[in-house]
Amino acid sequence: MNIEDIKRPENIVYKRPALLTDNVMHYCPGCSHGTVHKLVAEIIDEMGIQEKTVGVCPVGCSVFAYNYIDIDWQEAAHGRAPAVATATKRLYPDKYVFTYQGDGDLASIGTAEIIHACSRGENIVVIFINNGIYGMTGGQMAPTTLIGMKTATTPYGRDPKLNGFPLVIADMVAQLDGTAFITRQSVHTAAAARKAKAAIRKAFEYSSKGVGLSFVEIVSTCNSGWKMSPVDANKWMVEHMFAKYPVGDIKDVLAK
Amino acid sequence: MAFKGVIEVDTNLCKGCSVCIANCPTDSIQLSRAVNSKGYHYAEMKGDACVGCGACGVVCPDSVITVYRVKIQ
Repeated sequence: MNIEDIKRPENIVYKRPALLTDNVMHYCPGCSHGTVHKLVAEIIDEMGIQEKTVGVCPVGCSVFAYNYIDIDWQEAAHGRAPAVATATKRLYPDKYVFTYQGDGDLASIGTAEIIHACSRGENIVVIFINNGIYGMTGGQMAPTTLIGMKTATTPYGRDPKLNGFPLVIADMVAQLDGTAFITRQSVHTAAAARKAKAAIRKAFEYSSKGVGLSFVEIVSTCNSGWKMSPVDANKWMVEHMFAKYPVGDIKDVLAK
Repeated sequence: MAFKGVIEVDTNLCKGCSVCIANCPTDSIQLSRAVNSKGYHYAEMKGDACVGCGACGVVCPDSVITVYRVKIQ
C-alpha cells in the first residue's frame, strides 16, 4: 500500500483541532503553550461549547492566546484575570469561563486575585502554566523558580537567603474551601498530554456544576528562557521541576 | 492485525522543535535537510515503520502534524 492511498480523510486518526485558527503561533519552537492551547481547543470542540465559552487572557507570552483559539476572549490587566473571570461568570452564569495564566502573572503580581477568587469559590477554570521563569520579558526569576536555578536576574542560581523560596501555588490554594478540583499535569509526552487533557476537561465540567473553582497547573518548559533545546528542556523539567512540583491530583471534592 | 501509518507535516508552520522526534516510539521522524520559509529544518517522516499511533500529533506544540492510519493484514 503506498503513501498516497493511506493519506485519505477516512484514515485520519489525528489532526489539527478545528477551533485553532490558521494564525502562526508566535511561541518559540517547542513551547508548552502551543500544546496546552491545542488541548483547550480540542476540549471546547468536543464538549460543543464554542459559543458558550469565554477565555480570559493574561499578560505574558500567552497574551495573544485570543489570536489562536476561536472563542470569545477578554484581555485582563497583569495578574487580574481571575477578577475579570469572576465578573464574567457572575454576569453570564451559563457560560464556561476560564483564565489562562503563566506563573509570572498568576503567582507573582496576581497572587491576591487568585487567592481570593479561590477563596470565594468562583465557578471558573484556571489554567496555570508554570515554567519557573518570566518567559516574555527575557527569562527573569519568577516566584516559582527553583532553588539554584539560573535566570537573568539570578545568574548564580536562586539563593533562598536573597531571593526566598519557590511558591507552590496549587498546594496553597488546595487549603482553601472554595476550590473544587486542583491538579498538576504536564504535556511533555503524548501520555502526559492526554492526562492533562482529561484533567482540563474535568475542570470545565466542574465549572458548570457550581462546586467551586477548578485549578489546573501545567508544569511546563521555557526552553528559550532556560537556554536549552526543547527536548533537553523537557528532560530537565522531568529531572528537576517534578521534584518540587509533582504531577497528580491534589484535591477533588467530587471524588468517590 | 497490524497498522501502517503516515504523517503529513505542514512544513511551512513547523518550527523544527524535535519534540515529535523524541516522542516517536518507532523512530520514524527526522528533521529535513531543507529549510522552510522561516529557516527551520522541518519534521518529516522517515522509513516505513510508522504505525500511526498519533503521539507526534498530540505533542506537537504548533499542531502541524496530521496522522493517518490503516489496518493491514
